[in-house]
Amino acid sequence: MKRLKAPALWTILAAVAVAGIWPLLNRSATLREDMFLILMFVTLASSLNILLGYTGYVNFGHIVFFGLGGYIGFYLISQQGWHLIPAALAAALVTTLLAALMGGAVLRLRGAYFALATLGINEATRAFVTNFKPFGEATGLSLHFSRYQEYGGPASALWFTYALLVIVTLVTLLVSYLVKTSKFGLGLMAIREDEDAAMVLGIHAPRAKTIAFALSAFFPAIVGTLFFFKNGNIEPGDAFRLHMSIEGIVMIMLGGFGTVTGPVIGSAVYERLRGYLLTTPLFKDLQLFFAGMLLLIIILFVPSGFIGWLRERSARLREVLQ
Amino acid sequence: MPPPDVILASVLDGLLLGFVYGLAAMGLTLIWGVMEVINLAHGPVITLGMFGLFFLFQELGLHPYLALPLVVVGGLLLGLLIYGVAVHRVLDAPHLSTLLATFSVNMMIIGLGTAAFTTTPRNVDFSLGAVEIGPLRLLGTRVVAALAAVLFTLALYAFLYRTRTGKMVRAVANNRAAAELMGIPSTRILALSFGIGTLLATGAGGLIATLFPFNIFTGGVYELKSFVICVLGGLGNPTGALLGGIILGFIEGFIPPFLPVGWTPVIEFVLFVVILLIRPSGLLGAR
Amino acid sequence: MTDQVILQIEGVTKRFGGLVAVNQVSFEIREGEILGLIGPNGAGKTTLFNVINGVYAPDEGRVIFRGEVISGLPSYEVARKGIARAHQVVRPLNELTVLENVVVGAAYGRRNLPLGEAARVADEVLEFVGLAPKRHLLAGKLNVAEKKRLEMARALAAQPYLILLDEVLAGLNPGEVAAMLDVVRQIRERGITILMIEHLMHAVMNVSDRIVVLDYGSKIAMGTPQEVANDPKVIEAYLGDPKMAQHLLEEQGENEEGGADGHS
Repeated sequence: MKRLKAPALWTILAAVAVAGIWPLLNRSATLREDMFLILMFVTLASSLNILLGYTGYVNFGHIVFFGLGGYIGFYLISQQGWHLIPAALAAALVTTLLAALMGGAVLRLRGAYFALATLGINEATRAFVTNFKPFGEATGLSLHFSRYQEYGGPASALWFTYALLVIVTLVTLLVSYLVKTSKFGLGLMAIREDEDAAMVLGIHAPRAKTIAFALSAFFPAIVGTLFFFKNGNIEPGDAFRLHMSIEGIVMIMLGGFGTVTGPVIGSAVYERLRGYLLTTPLFKDLQLFFAGMLLLIIILFVPSGFIGWLRERSARLREVLQ
Repeated sequence: MPPPDVILASVLDGLLLGFVYGLAAMGLTLIWGVMEVINLAHGPVITLGMFGLFFLFQELGLHPYLALPLVVVGGLLLGLLIYGVAVHRVLDAPHLSTLLATFSVNMMIIGLGTAAFTTTPRNVDFSLGAVEIGPLRLLGTRVVAALAAVLFTLALYAFLYRTRTGKMVRAVANNRAAAELMGIPSTRILALSFGIGTLLATGAGGLIATLFPFNIFTGGVYELKSFVICVLGGLGNPTGALLGGIILGFIEGFIPPFLPVGWTPVIEFVLFVVILLIRPSGLLGAR
Repeated sequence: MTDQVILQIEGVTKRFGGLVAVNQVSFEIREGEILGLIGPNGAGKTTLFNVINGVYAPDEGRVIFRGEVISGLPSYEVARKGIARAHQVVRPLNELTVLENVVVGAAYGRRNLPLGEAARVADEVLEFVGLAPKRHLLAGKLNVAEKKRLEMARALAAQPYLILLDEVLAGLNPGEVAAMLDVVRQIRERGITILMIEHLMHAVMNVSDRIVVLDYGSKIAMGTPQEVANDPKVIEAYLGDPKMAQHLLEEQGENEEGGADGHS
């Protein structure tokens, strides 16, 4: 596999691995919590990028996969007594399957209509879960403290969850890269540029889009399970927060639409920036305002994002930076 | 089966609200119709209408219905500002850009609003009593709000069909390039259309403020309702928005006597997605 | 050129609302042939292309390609069967490089190649159409003539049995037209059958073996360039377009002079 020898891939994987392992080494819980959020957003943004960046379909409801996966996984752990790992995998498989079914229908819509439909799906799911008895309706579900014993107590359960997240993040990035450099990925990008022309060229667009949609659902579902397991409870408001979907898009735009590295840099910068704004008294109340302003500046002046901007500098950079 | 007068009362209440929902949605649909932009700052703009009315009433002691015209003038100016700063430059870029640009405005308004007004609920303490028709009891403020929504709609149509500028708006909506060739100053017309869209949204916000308590996030609820309504009535169609609003109001009034109220949004949003899939031009739109 | 029929159009009709864009059109193309499709604006030529490659399903009639009914199949399946197309309005995949554009053609075309092999085919095709020096440029940055070549390269990379060329000469200057015509002839030499829509009369008359004329959606004439140019129905169809009629008449003269060495 020639593709696996790309230095750009290994650089980004190594960087994420080092950053991810760092809290494990110095055992700082605050650092771990910070990194947890960053890595979580890296996976959310990178998986969204498969649909948004590679395929060109604007999904406002990406968070529905996180929420739904989180609920399924949490239900299996808290109500059925499953272990975290099989629960997360089962949640991911079910969510992916649901996405494939949904995608077949919704992906017939294009442009703003698709974006609106995804928004509707997120709201419909949230409303449904709010009334769904097995998922605890509006109050959600919570995990009994004793369930953490299986993992050696609450503290080590948190470290364990974090370690899993590091692995999931690395796998997500590897998959994102493999998709981007594959024939399938090239087909997705052709669809992004001109779907009808892509079909005339022989690309089975309905199938390719559905696969991309389903694939983009897999990792958020795992991350959802990990996140809510760590939190010990899940409720509809936290699981289907539309705002998080859009933040994911912002991170992609910030780093570079349709690149593997972009969402990583975008997520890290955005999360750090938010952390900084939140902890600086002057900006604390205005963090959303500044985040909005940053987004507007990117849209108006650097629409291809940081990595995109670099790639536009030269053909050589374009080849190296994926 | 609940007693018929309970159903009737609930449905009538819902229908009256539906006119106001329709007014809010009209603002969204007008902007889409003219420039194919989905204004994701719609919710916060509605909220600003609420706060505008609240402060004019609370601080200046203005009668709410006298404050409303001032609020919508503010809404118009706000729209012109948003258009100039965030929308104009990305109008011809892919949809993602306009969606994100208007969403960035959403974030900025919510950010500033949270800092300025906190998230405590506010309430316009004002009542018109109730109208009793037989066993039915309609709140005066709701009746006025529905009438006001109808007046706004009539005014919008008078503007679009009877004035020169309104005709230019329709021309630009129909075919911007052709309108430009005919010497219509499209940038000004686009900015004005955006302003009228936000004017309608703040008007709806002001009216809602006379009905329910609210905080900085409340507009988001009505933004989502507006999406549902636009899809019901066909994106880009103002009459469709009013009718869609009434349909949504009807649904919201009709369901609670039968099902726990929490199911209403489930039905609304499922309906929304299904209509998008089978009839994206809306129930009223041409196929 | 053999006598083997590669594509058969049988009574194809396509309506849009009340408008009959293509009306009961039948003809066939033989393997290795260059068939020109001409007619005044709005005659239904591009619509017929859209029916052939699966963008539209015909309302009536069928299209048979290499013994198989392909009408009604989606465009991506038609592409896999071995029909490629160069669009009239160029449709480059703007944010992909020239090379990537052509690789898409090769990878998803008739032979369904893996990326590595597709890249080799793409390189060869880019060399052939003369775009090799621009391979790493973004397709959106090419000029019109280059975009036309890219459109052609992408179709060729699919290694099709039949290629549909929709006004590939439009908007080119005389030098570029001559170069493009060379490319068209060389494509035929590679054994690929060509169906081309063209407005540029002298070009299509020169390069085609046979010509089909559409007017208001119906086939009004078919034959060698000379036969068609002398057909009163064809001249009449173009009379609404005096410039075109003039062209035709001039062509007729040229063809008579050069009739001896023929084209078929």
